[in-house]
Order: sequence, then C-alpha cells, then structure tokens
Amino acid sequence: MRDFALVRPASLADAAAAFSGGGEAAYLAGGHTLIPAMKSRLRMPDALVDLSGLGLSGITRDGNRLWIGAMTRHADVATGATAIPGLAALASGIGDAQVRNRGTLGGSVANNDPAADYPAACLALDALIETDRGSHTADDFFQGMFTTALADGEIITRIGFSIPARSAYAKFRHPASRYAVVGVYVADHGGQWRVAVTGAGPGVFRWAEAEAAIAAGGALPAMPADDLNSDIHAGPDYRAHLCGVMLKQALACLA
Amino acid sequence: MQIKLSINGQAHDVDVPAASLLVEVLRDTLALTGTHIGCDTSQCGACNVLVDGVAVKSCTMLAAQAEGAAITTIEGLGSPEALHPMQQAFREAHGLQCGFCTPGMVMAGLEIVRKHGTRLTPELVTHELEGNLCRCTGYLNIVKAIVAGAAGMEAANA
Repeated sequence: MRDFALVRPASLADAAAAFSGGGEAAYLAGGHTLIPAMKSRLRMPDALVDLSGLGLSGITRDGNRLWIGAMTRHADVATGATAIPGLAALASGIGDAQVRNRGTLGGSVANNDPAADYPAACLALDALIETDRGSHTADDFFQGMFTTALADGEIITRIGFSIPARSAYAKFRHPASRYAVVGVYVADHGGQWRVAVTGAGPGVFRWAEAEAAIAAGGALPAMPADDLNSDIHAGPDYRAHLCGVMLKQALACLA
Repeated sequence: MQIKLSINGQAHDVDVPAASLLVEVLRDTLALTGTHIGCDTSQCGACNVLVDGVAVKSCTMLAAQAEGAAITTIEGLGSPEALHPMQQAFREAHGLQCGFCTPGMVMAGLEIVRKHGTRLTPELVTHELEGNLCRCTGYLNIVKAIVAGAAGMEAANA
C-alpha cells in the first residue's frame, strides 16, 4: 500500500480540519473495508485521519431510540444492542469473529456498500444518522451504490435506531465474503411495517409492496427482477427469488 | 513514523512507514515470524493475533492502530518446553497438517474461549471458526484440538 500521513485527531473539529488539509484524505474507522481497498490500490489517500480517539463508541437508549456510536464495533453491537434483537443478530452475522472485532457501524454506513448489512437495518429501523454537521434520516441518507448524503469530510458520530415492537433480518450470505447476496430486514413499528432490502439492487431500498402486504395481512408480493444486480454470484431472477425467501425467513423469526 | 508497541509483554520502539501493517512489523521488523500471512485479504485468519486479548486479523490493521495496546502473538503463548494448553492440544489431537494456518487457529481457539469459556462443543467451535481457513482441510482435528485445548486451559487454571 502506498504510504500516507497518519493523523490522529482528538476532537471532531480537528478531524474535519485534518481531512481538508490538502490532498486526498480518508477517514479511518475500523479499516476493514478501507485497508483492503488501500492494499489493492483502489484507494490511495495522501492522509488518513484516524477517528478512534474521538470517543464515538458506545450504546445508549433514549426513549424509543437506541443510539449507537459510529465507532462501535460489530462485536459490541452483537452483544450490546439487546433492545433490538434483530439488530444484534444482524451484527453477529457480519464477516467473521475477527472482522467483527474491528469493523464499525459508522464505517459500514458511511461506505454504503450495496451488499452491506447495516444499511438495511438503518432503513427498516427508521434510523437517524447524526454527524458533526447535523442529522440525516435513513430514507434520505442512502443514495445508491457507495453514495450517501454525507458531504465531503462529514463525519458520522452516532446512529439512532427506532426500537420496533419486533424485527428480524435474514440474509443469504456469500459463503466467502459473508456479504449479503440478498438480505431483508423487516421491522414492525406497532403496525407500521418497514422492509428494507440489501444486496439485491444497486443500493439498499425499501420494499413498499411488501410493507403494504404485511400491514394488510395479504399475500406477500414477488420482487420484480428488472433492476436487480447481476454478477458471478447470482443473476437478477435468482436475486428476485431470494428476496421473497429472505422476506419469509425474516417474518418467521421476528423478535 | 515512530510507533511504540507492546508485544508479548515487551516494549518495542519501531520506525516504520505509516502504511505498515501490524503483520508486516511483526514479521519483517521484529522477526516474529510465527504470525503468518496467508491470503492477505482478511479471509484466512493465518495472521490472527490478540490485541488487548481480542483476536484480530493483523493483515487488516495498521501497526499504528495497535499503539497503546497489549499485543500477543503465537511466540508469547508458550515455549517449546512448556506449550500453552491450546498449543499442546493441537499437538495431541493432530490439529495440524502443513502447519501454516496453525498459529492463527490457536489464536482463534483462544478467542473462542474468551467469548464462550472453556467448555466448548464441536458445533460451537465449528461455527466460531468461520474466519479461519485450513487449505489442508484438516478441520475435524482442529475442532477437536480447540475443544480439548479449552478443557486443558480450565485444568491448568484449576
């Protein structure tokens, strides 16, 4: 990997200043996407701004929201997000044990990989994504493959998930990477349902027809294959089929 | 850049590029070659080390990120004369064939004990071991070794 200047700020303001200090900069959270990308020279930042010294870890409940710091590791969400069992279970299925000991919630959400797990939880749990500059609703935040509402240099500080009556996540994992070939997060917010799909399309999205069908107690819809991803792992028809299967699996294990 | 590392209880002061991975500093700078590089893509776990007691893939962590933490490598577990119970169990259960994945497997075994205690089942170990690959496919004996190693750790502490 190409060398860079490592900056370890002690405050959000210092981090933002270091980011805009000239040249290409990148924020370092858990590093489990960024460092592999730098090793393969897909990313070659001049400066790496380490966010680990800003105190952005931890899980707190405030009313009907569960707030999780952006630097909280997947392993800590898996054991600590007990107020939302579906979210804890999602975190326990990311990558493998060693990856979960390093990877972070904020890093995953900021990256918005179209096959990542957390974006589905954010959408289905009507999350608020707080940053050093303000706040975004999940519905506005995810804008397609690797694209978010974050401005250049904006730092996620914490994410507040609405605590649902019941929720669950089901994913068909790629056997090597453990990313979602298709993942579906279903949440029951007291009769208001939110269903979010990751892995299937060019970015995470809500499945409005499924939400309406569940709320009405009607037959579950089929996912149209039109705009779904096609790669060496699965074609659009198979992904569309998996959306229905994962939806049923998630509905069968609501907690 | 100057980085202060604490490895196996010993302080090290190294001067390496900021881009140095922890595994590179361990192997190339400090000659602690027990930690292996298998895939170099965060998949195989041959590079597992403990950072503050928690297993991480040292090929996916900058050395600078380990500053201030206590790092344990395979060299810090036991000695040839007095193997750690987990190492001893790998020896007795034939938990290695070519041996390349073994240091990472031993560290993964310690991680499983950290999370689940010393009374393990083969099913649990199989599930928890998904971040480690053995290209000899010797998983059956690796799982047996970790179950036995955990029990050995309990006996050693009794």
